[in-house]
Amino acid sequence: MSVSTHHGAPFASGPADAAGGLDPAASSGYADHPPRMGFFTDTSVCIGCKACEVACKEWNAVPEDGIELTGMSYDNTGSLGASTWRHVAFIEQITLPGESRWLMSSDVCKHCTESGCLDVCPTGALMRTEFGTVVVQDDVCNGCGYCVSACPFGVIDRRETDGGAHKCTLCYDRIGDGLTPACAKACPTESIQFGPLDELRERAALRLEDLHEAGVADARLYLNDPNDGVGGAGAFFLLLDEPEAYGLPPDPIVTTRDLPRMWRHVATAAAALAAAAFLSGLGRHS
Amino acid sequence: MTATRARRGRGEQVVVPPAEVRSYYGLPIVKETVWGVPDVPGYLFLGGLAGASSALAASADLAGYPVLARTAKTTAVTAIGLSLVALVKDLGRPKRFLNMLRVFKPTSPMSVGTWIVSAYTPAAGVAAASALTGLQPAIGRAATIAAAITGPGVAAYTAALLSDTAVPAWHEAHRELPYLFVSSAATAAGGLALALVPPREAAPARNLALTGAGAELIAKGLLLRRLGPLAEPYQHGRSGRLMEVAEILTAGGLTAAALGGRNRLVAAAAGTALVASSAFTRFGIFFAGRESARDPRYTVAPQRERLRRDSQPDSQDQSLS
Repeated sequence: MSVSTHHGAPFASGPADAAGGLDPAASSGYADHPPRMGFFTDTSVCIGCKACEVACKEWNAVPEDGIELTGMSYDNTGSLGASTWRHVAFIEQITLPGESRWLMSSDVCKHCTESGCLDVCPTGALMRTEFGTVVVQDDVCNGCGYCVSACPFGVIDRRETDGGAHKCTLCYDRIGDGLTPACAKACPTESIQFGPLDELRERAALRLEDLHEAGVADARLYLNDPNDGVGGAGAFFLLLDEPEAYGLPPDPIVTTRDLPRMWRHVATAAAALAAAAFLSGLGRHS
Repeated sequence: MTATRARRGRGEQVVVPPAEVRSYYGLPIVKETVWGVPDVPGYLFLGGLAGASSALAASADLAGYPVLARTAKTTAVTAIGLSLVALVKDLGRPKRFLNMLRVFKPTSPMSVGTWIVSAYTPAAGVAAASALTGLQPAIGRAATIAAAITGPGVAAYTAALLSDTAVPAWHEAHRELPYLFVSSAATAAGGLALALVPPREAAPARNLALTGAGAELIAKGLLLRRLGPLAEPYQHGRSGRLMEVAEILTAGGLTAAALGGRNRLVAAAAGTALVASSAFTRFGIFFAGRESARDPRYTVAPQRERLRRDSQPDSQDQSLS
């Protein structure tokens, strides 16, 4: 048994990165580590080809998880899950009478700076890598399912066939060898961009400026800010509408931010129960 | 959501979010829990019953109620034994349950809970064995005290277990849930002992059941008031019905135990009602959380409301730039 250091950033304290945000690899105990790597998914150039979904499945040998038609749009994948690590959302919107637009967006695990799944994992199966990403060690996971309920984005899930929790690894095996993750490699429009997170953040800011100048007032960045509720994400997005239109939470906050307060209430409640039990025995013996 | 209003702590007014929130084809945002029924809500109930019974047993020992102490110790070890079976069975990979003991993580209520239960279970076992056989009374006394100290932890930590998630109706209940859980545990432990022991030894059990049931009704009221629109899953649908039945049983059991608890038959009926109420409460809370995860409104509306509050003149919206 060991007291966890590599397995999380308890209550978000530790060294800062260049942008002033928490450096998750350093605060997880990596003294010397490569730059934090991530995804910038620019949904304004996504064409909904789903090459990312396919490339991810192929490279990671992710099993088939239902070949059904949802009947709601061209999205027959539905959502991220244990066997879907990239998911392309399709949103058809009527903008003006007689005019419509398609929004398409490839969703993925956010590799949060303050990662709920990693915080709550009771076995240490979920861990922070030297790249600042979050991965499940399949040989450790006992399938308790706590991470599933802790993720504010509904990313990670338990796979029925093997009982373990699974999600995007940001192609840990590829990036360790200097390769680009399969989804980004396959993306034909560079909607999915992979690289050091600080570079991606700069690139995204410039892209947002361009779009605003071009009159795309709805364009906004999502999860790029180290001050947001998950400390900024390793995988962030440029969206053309409110996050909830894409099935993303508008203001997610990692659940463990409230945990110190929860423990205080638990301790008080436990003490109250002990006191109530003790006092129940007092009084006149009948 | 309903067009009602609710008050939050520190006097801030919560304006209820609009009935219409946007979503992606109405699909859930957070995942539904994979925790099984009846295993996990059953564990919430049994763990509470066990923990509070151990606390009651120590008190009974101290005050000189041997039958009550023995009954409570037997209850505790039986309940925690059944709990462990339910917990291991609920894992996706049950053979790896010992992986829980690889690490100690204060950020994971499940990890902390595993260690608390690991300390508690042997103590509860030894306390019951000594009480039932009469062997090693000194060790039995020490074990009884150890179980009484760790037992309330077993009953209370499960509140953090549920609250430390992205499940809206569980997370937002994190202030009141620990009090509701220990009250419910006291109701169950006091109620069961009240139903099982003869009236001459039932006084401490009745006291604990009455305190628990009263506190439970108060905690539930506070929780629903604080949750505002998120109280909906606790009040409607299957979870709402379970909570309603629980409340009727609690109030009925409370009244019967207070008025006629010295009569053996009334005590048995009241105690049984209180035990059942505790179980109904736990299942109700479990299902309310599940319901709140299924509907994206419960995820989106409170977050939108927070953003709206935060973007009032003196502070800036931090999440979208």
